[in-house]
Amino acid sequence: MELLEVRNVSKSFDGRPVLEDVSLTLRKGELVSLLGVSGGGKTTLFHIISGLLLPDRGQVFLEGEEVTGQPGKVSYMLQKDLLLPHRTIQDNVALPLLLKGVPKKEARSRAAALFEEFGLGGTEKLWPSQLSGGMRQRAALLRTYLFSQNVALLDEPFSALDTLTKSAIHRWYLEVMERIRLSTLFITHDVDEAILLSDRIYLLSGQPGTVREEIVIDKPRPRSPEFALTDEFLAYKRRILQGLGQY
Amino acid sequence: MAAVAILLLVWQGVSVAGLVPRYMLPAPVEVLQAFWKDRGALWNNSLITLQEAGLGLVCGVSLGFLFALVMDASPLLYRAFYPILVITQTIPTVAIAPLLVLWFGYEMTPKVILIVLVTFFPVTVGLLDGFRSVDRDAVGLLRSMGASKKQIFWYLKAPSALPQFFSGLRIAAAYSVVGAVISEWLGGFGGLGVYMTRVKSAFAFEKMFAVIFLISAVSLLLMALVNGLERLAMPYRKVKQEEREDSQ
Repeated sequence: MELLEVRNVSKSFDGRPVLEDVSLTLRKGELVSLLGVSGGGKTTLFHIISGLLLPDRGQVFLEGEEVTGQPGKVSYMLQKDLLLPHRTIQDNVALPLLLKGVPKKEARSRAAALFEEFGLGGTEKLWPSQLSGGMRQRAALLRTYLFSQNVALLDEPFSALDTLTKSAIHRWYLEVMERIRLSTLFITHDVDEAILLSDRIYLLSGQPGTVREEIVIDKPRPRSPEFALTDEFLAYKRRILQGLGQY
Repeated sequence: MAAVAILLLVWQGVSVAGLVPRYMLPAPVEVLQAFWKDRGALWNNSLITLQEAGLGLVCGVSLGFLFALVMDASPLLYRAFYPILVITQTIPTVAIAPLLVLWFGYEMTPKVILIVLVTFFPVTVGLLDGFRSVDRDAVGLLRSMGASKKQIFWYLKAPSALPQFFSGLRIAAAYSVVGAVISEWLGGFGGLGVYMTRVKSAFAFEKMFAVIFLISAVSLLLMALVNGLERLAMPYRKVKQEEREDSQ
């Protein structure tokens, strides 16, 4: 059974179609990327999967159960870390638990148990403004994880980071993902990032956006940064750029 | 601070040199003497004024909060109320205060009502701005976590509005003292405003100046209190400021 399935989703805003008949799946432990040009409806698709928006047509299933239009089922992380400035890191991270009605003390201790794992040891009592961009993203990811242990939707989570921080956080993310067995649906417009991280890539393009192609990256993870310098990598890249009509 | 000291020195000089007649502009030292001589009356009247200002401020802030809450919840009510609120602020306080005295007598009530009228507005406007400044993506994030409207309000909107709320509150605190003094001036039995009318008719200008300074001091004190509350309510802001100073 698929962990997450999006079936024939279409959506338009004010008569302007944004998504047309999009279907995709995510299996347990997989990292799947949605790759496409900006404004191609990727974020709209995430809003639909996370239940913030209702599709005009189509459905979303989580572990076989329909969750279309129901927020609070899958966790969602954006490019902006959206840590609340008025809460300490531990209280930011514990937020999803508090929203579910977990008592504050228990929420904090459940969060505290994961701080080391996420490389955030010692930051519990700090304010978000005291953390670097990379650390903030880690905290945001821990918050995402505490919300839902099975599926994470990441909307260009690393695109605001500089290249070096980005490649470090990629490696770190894959490690953590492996350990905590997090399944991830990942939006990016960075082709290299998608090839380096993903098990599969969906190419989303056109107006309205639709899935053009599904590409399986047949290479065990984690992949070293050197992989980006191989012919194999370039072959994938060529195929993707052709698929997106950019080549 | 230095500017204030220089100003006082110049004033003293002008007064001592006799450039302006004493009865029109008493020297700072005389003002200080008047202040000390009349400290008992000033203290008692200050208490009355502060009591009115405090009560009016609490009521005004509560009302302002209520307005902001209702108007934020419903765009229709926002459009309906906003012009009315603006109009209440265009009514000159000196015109409405005697009317309030006529309707409610010389006791506390008309004073508190006047203070409520002048203090609720900055609080309402501040809060409304604050609520609207909330990050829409953050609202989306909380919704995606299954947060209810109430939770979004308490976890996100209310804390986000704190800076604007405190800006409004600072203004309201200053207005509350001035409002109390004006309404006492226009009809009352006690308070710094009544004291002012008395020393004015006695042409005791040094006392007049003493009470003016006292009123300023009380306003500043209230504003300092608001600043203190602000720092307590938003400890994360202090951190940011310190870091900014470090990096400079």
